[in-house]
Amino acid sequence: MAKTLFEKVWQQHLVKANDDGSVLLYIDRQLVHEVTSPQAFEGLRLTGRKPWRVSATVATPDHNVPTTGLEHGITDPVARTQVEALGNNCKEFGIQEFSMGDIRQGIVHVVGPEQGLVLPGMTVVCGDSHTSTHGALGAIASGIGTSEVEHVLATQTLIQKKPKTMRISVDGDLPEGITGKDVALYIIGQIGTAGGTGYAIEFAGTGVQSLSMEGRMTLCNMTIEAGARFGMVAVDAVTLDYVKNRPFSPQGEMWNQAVEAWSDLHSDDDAIFDKDIHLNAADIAPQVSWGTSPEMVVPITGSTPSLDDAKDGVQREGWSRALAYMDLSENTPMQDISIDKVFIGSCTNARIEDFRAAAAIAKGHQIAAHVKLAMVVPGSGLVKAQAEAEGLDKVFMDAGFEWREPGCSMCLAMNADRLNAGERCASTSNRNFEGRQGAGGRTHLVSPAMAAAAAIKGHFVDIRGWS
Amino acid sequence: MQAFTTLNGLTIPLDRANVDTDAIIPKQFLKSIKRTGYGPFLFDEWRYEDVGQPEMDCSHRPVRKNFILNQPRYQGAEILLARENFGCGSSREHAPWAILDYGISCVIAPSFADIFYNNCFKNGILPIVLSDADMDVLFEEVEAQEGASIAIDLSTQTVTSPSKQVFHFEVDDFRKHCLLNGLDDISLTLQQADAIQAYEEKRQQEAPWLF
Ligand code: SF4
Repeated sequence: MAKTLFEKVWQQHLVKANDDGSVLLYIDRQLVHEVTSPQAFEGLRLTGRKPWRVSATVATPDHNVPTTGLEHGITDPVARTQVEALGNNCKEFGIQEFSMGDIRQGIVHVVGPEQGLVLPGMTVVCGDSHTSTHGALGAIASGIGTSEVEHVLATQTLIQKKPKTMRISVDGDLPEGITGKDVALYIIGQIGTAGGTGYAIEFAGTGVQSLSMEGRMTLCNMTIEAGARFGMVAVDAVTLDYVKNRPFSPQGEMWNQAVEAWSDLHSDDDAIFDKDIHLNAADIAPQVSWGTSPEMVVPITGSTPSLDDAKDGVQREGWSRALAYMDLSENTPMQDISIDKVFIGSCTNARIEDFRAAAAIAKGHQIAAHVKLAMVVPGSGLVKAQAEAEGLDKVFMDAGFEWREPGCSMCLAMNADRLNAGERCASTSNRNFEGRQGAGGRTHLVSPAMAAAAAIKGHFVDIRGWS
Repeated sequence: MQAFTTLNGLTIPLDRANVDTDAIIPKQFLKSIKRTGYGPFLFDEWRYEDVGQPEMDCSHRPVRKNFILNQPRYQGAEILLARENFGCGSSREHAPWAILDYGISCVIAPSFADIFYNNCFKNGILPIVLSDADMDVLFEEVEAQEGASIAIDLSTQTVTSPSKQVFHFEVDDFRKHCLLNGLDDISLTLQQADAIQAYEEKRQQEAPWLF
């Protein structure tokens, strides 16, 4: 029977099917960070359990690490305790960790693929909702809670119910300047933040196939913002090129064997999805979010909505709260919105191509006088080194941006990098929730090039006319 | 894990859609390495005028009087009503920990985000999905009468409104069984250790690069 990509990988990982329709699913890789793991390790200790297969798990601290003054260590004692707890837990249980100071340290979702720890056809989990990122490599990858982190550590499996399948095809060629981020935001704008709930989404169509591996990761990263735990892209030459020769990738004869097996990692032509959505690549313009949910997004040429256009009372109430929180009125053109801070980073957009795109915009310009802070935060030590080798750090610093150390940083503001109440930020991260980047802070989600352009002009601009 | 069988409790009607886990428990509280102690910080930004910090004493913090959790009539509530897509966003299990630590062990909404929904069952919280129409009835009745309580029976899968209207809800058998009996699923899974081992041996033959 014809199968979808998701069904193929799912079936290869079935340890056991239960009578009630749930299954015991084998997990090939678990990535661990400091925030969602301490209680899981504590659980193992309390029950005297050992990790089932230590080599399947790799850890790195990211959420709490500072992005400046690393020579002073972590000055926040609570954060330091958590990062140290990760180090101690990894030592105690024999788990490999890329700790602070190791060039491989960084945001888990940047580090995993970069190291070849995530391979096509794998099942991958992490106690973090943006684990969907790894589906870009043709893996089943999903965020889990801390109890499940413990479950996977102890058993290398998860009890799961098979989700429904959805295919979103972006047909035709993406217009010039349109990135994975714009595609992701556009899709969420179309289907809503609950549009994918209960589904595993496969992104397909020429608009998706033409994205680089990093662009696909950006797209799959934001699947969770559409409500779906899993986002996937079929394996093709772009995938293989990316995976080849990474530190943990198979080598030599094993590589050939793997490539042979991976050649089947695409949906069969006549596979049936529970839901099939087609979108036109040509309709996608650079996107900017205006509100406090990623579905509150418009093209850069658009405006904040008019409350009378809400589809029902619940939406009207949501829009009205969001406009008030964001301190915006109805029908405000996005290009008229002035910003205070800029953040280029996060597991959505802190890879080398993101920085190349932002630097291409920033080169030879200065950030606007009223912009208080524009920061660029690499996704990993290796991304940082690569950017420096290409001179991108200099481009940014010459334009007035700060060049920082790797970590999650102002994506969720657990460290010192944050918005103050009332500040407005152009951010390449994935969530514009109330208080996400600091209590009272206002976040607008954009692509790296759009963020760089906003830093320079001091307000949102259409990068399609940039010179 | 604590079992969940029946509950008859005071109910808070939180009339909002897309309540995300950042709102349920803001990030500064994620620095804790414990599972408990999050209750005083549940909905921190909506609940207090100032910005909460881990371990602080909340008894003297300035509260936002209008926020529903602060209204005297809802003190001691054990059930929460909300609108669609409750628990969206971050996978943090601190969100259900905070809800439980506050004293709520049942959330009723027209829909939940997947990860949050799943996390609830691991912590003895019952998330119930009812239709928009049924939710409207519950909201209306709970708001209308001070002290209104709702009765939940997991074994019969029913919600009884303050005026005794009965609504049926769906819950998957395995989750129901675990919740009714307070079972920890790691020990259940470890009963399958042989099957896991057999799978690994077979898989290692087929796909040695994974090991
Ligand atoms: S960068 Fe942001 S979204 Fe990504 S893992 Fe870190 S905190 Fe989460």
